[in-house]
Amino acid sequence: MSTETHVDIEQLRRRQPRFQGLESGHRACLGCGEALAARLVLESAGPNVMIANATGCLEVFSTAWPESAWRVPWVHSLFENAAAVAAGMEAALKHQGQSAKVLAFAGDGGTFDIGFQAVSGMLERGHNVLFVCFDNEAYMNTGIQRSGSTPHAAVTTTSPAGRERMGKRHLKKDIVSIIAAHHVPYAATATVAYPSDLRKKVRRAIDVDGPSFLHVHSPCPLGWGHDSEKSIAVSRLAVETGLFPIIELERGELTGAMPIRHPKPVTEYLKLQNRFRHLFADDPRAREELEHLQALADYNIEVYGLLGDGPDPLDTSGIDKVYRGGAKWA
Amino acid sequence: MIELRIHGRGGQGNVVAAYLMAAAAIKEQRYGQAFPAFGAERRGAPVQAFVRIADVPIRRRSQVAEPDFLIVQDQALLHVPGVLVGLRRGGGILVNSIDSSEHLSEQTGHPTIAFNATALAQRHLGRPVPNTALLAAFLSLSEVLPIGALAGALSDRFKGKVLEKNLSLIEDAAQQVPGGIWKTMRRAPEVANG
Amino acid sequence: MVEALEGSQALARAVVLCRPGVVAAYPITPQTHIVENISKLVADGVAKLELVSVESEFSAASVAMGAAAAGSRAYTASASQGILLMAEVLFNIAGLRIPLVMHCANRAIGAPLNIWNDQSDSMAVRDAGWIQIYCADNQEAIDSTVQAYRIAERTELPVMVCVDGFTLTHTLEPLEMPSQEQVDGYLPSYRYARSLNVRHPISQGTLVGPDVFPEARHSHHQALLNSIAEIESANADWAAVSGRDGGGLLTVEGDPDAEIGILAIGSTIGTLAEAMDEYPDRPRVRLIKLRVYRPFPINALREACRGLRKLAVIERAFSAGMGGIVGTEVRASVPGVEVYNYAIGLGGRDIPLGIYPRILDAMETGDTGFRILDVDLSKLPEEDR
Repeated sequence: MSTETHVDIEQLRRRQPRFQGLESGHRACLGCGEALAARLVLESAGPNVMIANATGCLEVFSTAWPESAWRVPWVHSLFENAAAVAAGMEAALKHQGQSAKVLAFAGDGGTFDIGFQAVSGMLERGHNVLFVCFDNEAYMNTGIQRSGSTPHAAVTTTSPAGRERMGKRHLKKDIVSIIAAHHVPYAATATVAYPSDLRKKVRRAIDVDGPSFLHVHSPCPLGWGHDSEKSIAVSRLAVETGLFPIIELERGELTGAMPIRHPKPVTEYLKLQNRFRHLFADDPRAREELEHLQALADYNIEVYGLLGDGPDPLDTSGIDKVYRGGAKWA
Repeated sequence: MIELRIHGRGGQGNVVAAYLMAAAAIKEQRYGQAFPAFGAERRGAPVQAFVRIADVPIRRRSQVAEPDFLIVQDQALLHVPGVLVGLRRGGGILVNSIDSSEHLSEQTGHPTIAFNATALAQRHLGRPVPNTALLAAFLSLSEVLPIGALAGALSDRFKGKVLEKNLSLIEDAAQQVPGGIWKTMRRAPEVANG
Repeated sequence: MVEALEGSQALARAVVLCRPGVVAAYPITPQTHIVENISKLVADGVAKLELVSVESEFSAASVAMGAAAAGSRAYTASASQGILLMAEVLFNIAGLRIPLVMHCANRAIGAPLNIWNDQSDSMAVRDAGWIQIYCADNQEAIDSTVQAYRIAERTELPVMVCVDGFTLTHTLEPLEMPSQEQVDGYLPSYRYARSLNVRHPISQGTLVGPDVFPEARHSHHQALLNSIAEIESANADWAAVSGRDGGGLLTVEGDPDAEIGILAIGSTIGTLAEAMDEYPDRPRVRLIKLRVYRPFPINALREACRGLRKLAVIERAFSAGMGGIVGTEVRASVPGVEVYNYAIGLGGRDIPLGIYPRILDAMETGDTGFRILDVDLSKLPEEDR
């Protein structure tokens, strides 16, 4: 019996079980949370979608001309207008009587900061658009500068730690509450650590006739300073500590939360990442910031009622629809 | 070419008056042009609008600096600096006023007709909007255009009861002033390239 | 049929006659009446289109861009600060080669705040890669709107139809609206080769590195230069349909043999034309109306200037610290002609007929330096004069 294995790439593609809207072979970093998140979103969003993509890592690593990793119609215009471009696409499809769902993809910069106004306008006008924010908590495409989403005390190149500073002085913007205040039909948070949960939410959002919002925690090994193989673990710890609550909101009301059975101390999350390394120095200010971050996690656990013995968050056998038959879409 | 300047206050329908006059000229197969002296004025502030009527296409876009006639929607505006400026020698002024024409002519130094357009509008429309009544009175005085042209312009803009009321208003207004007395004050119609 | 219409009202109807699928806009004086009129036509069921009333000009341009990319004819309009706010998107639309049409209701740019007419706004985005058409009157603006869609969709270049704010947009005059049949016959339904389509997925707006970027820019430049033929044929074909010829790239009137010329852009031309008649003791000039500013019609301009000794370029914007914008380009294009360059009517200053002898007198001085001709220096402190 031959020990040699011959892999036919065409064969492999045909057998590929899931629809790949974002193909492999793109130029994302090893362990990129955003790339994984985008792939997961498209696996369950399926081929009947169009994407308006904001400027950022996702756009840059996926479409270095003349190559593109996208298997769905995709347009990149600018940094701050993904929501508006998506709104225009949706209006056009509506006028044409077409059924494709329009997705808007942006990072935290394109959602929390520079793109915020366009997002708010799109939600307020009720466009049938799913806006997905891939949150890696800083401007990674330009080299790790702080954003409105950077967590408190995290170090970035524009919020460095030093004699006078302990990283970012301000809090992470509570974007989901702001989105929910638009009373959109559906808004939810998710992370790459719980793909089944993420896919389920994508399907929910796709089925909504109106604006929906997904906030996806997407670790960035380079920007956060953790090992590439730790992306999933880091993202899971963000949830298990209470720092990144996994919730669902309908018309502004909290309708679901992923329970945490045994909350872990925030230090377990923080210590894996160089951006928080300064918090582990022998410095009273560092200890104070650690307490501060723990208090933020405790606050989340309390307001969202995360302590509970509901379904195990590690369970991935929930509702999980993906588009199968990879070759069909090639 | 006949040039008109209409003075009023923001909210009095000054621009509408100018548009109606030019539209009436266009109804008569003549050339009309109307535009406001564009401002950022709010209600109650003095405003002005311009009208040109000619037998050849009007291409100039300048404001009317030397009007043949003035229509003033509020007597108090006569005291506003600039309102009378540029009026051609012998040009006529139609003022919405309860004062006498003689007194106002003396005051302005130009042939002036006082006409209580507000009261007439109140009677016909139930609202104190003097603009349409003034237009009718002006057409009656100057015979620049037949009253029917104004009626035509009104029927493009209004419908039903509102239109009916306006039509009876302009018919009445035209009767209230001495018809044709400003006819001689019109400049000779120009010829193309003349 | 001739109707008495306000410029904005006519433009709104012209846009609707072109059957756009999506209209997106944000209100700014003096563009507002156009969009209000379109909104009313939608409310009355006359216009079957998706009206998106956005939260900023930035989104107005972005929504229109997204709609056109997704396969619908789209429209937006703005002015002044709004043009500047959408400037980034305007460059992007042109770079993506998306066929879009917009009106710019020309207005000054602050500070100081000023809502009145000049052309600083569209001039500020002259390098955005759009075709720019400047209209002398509202009839031309109507006809140019219809032509703009054909030009845009044949060249895959966006077209900005510039209409002097207030001076045209708020002026009522006799106008001829084309019939729906005329427009439908002239303008085929929207087709964009690179439409987003789930059956044929493509990626638009990708990252282009130094290895191809200059070629992309070259092809955009070339497309603009090549659009000259398309602009001329769009005008000629529309003239055949409508019986009206607004002029292709530029038109010449006045005395064709005069050695002195005046070139103007936008609505100033009508005032200058009548002024020639009003001042019979002054020489008549060769009056050049520059209708298409981008692409810059250099050959047509040279032809129009043949035999001219002196040419005054009159514009309603300028580049502070340099001088005229159009004037500088014209000067570079017509060697052998002494080019004088004046800005007038900035921020809505009235342009009276008397500007004509003033221009001629200023040309008499032989001083070809740029000037704001109607500036009143007595209003300024000594050190600013």
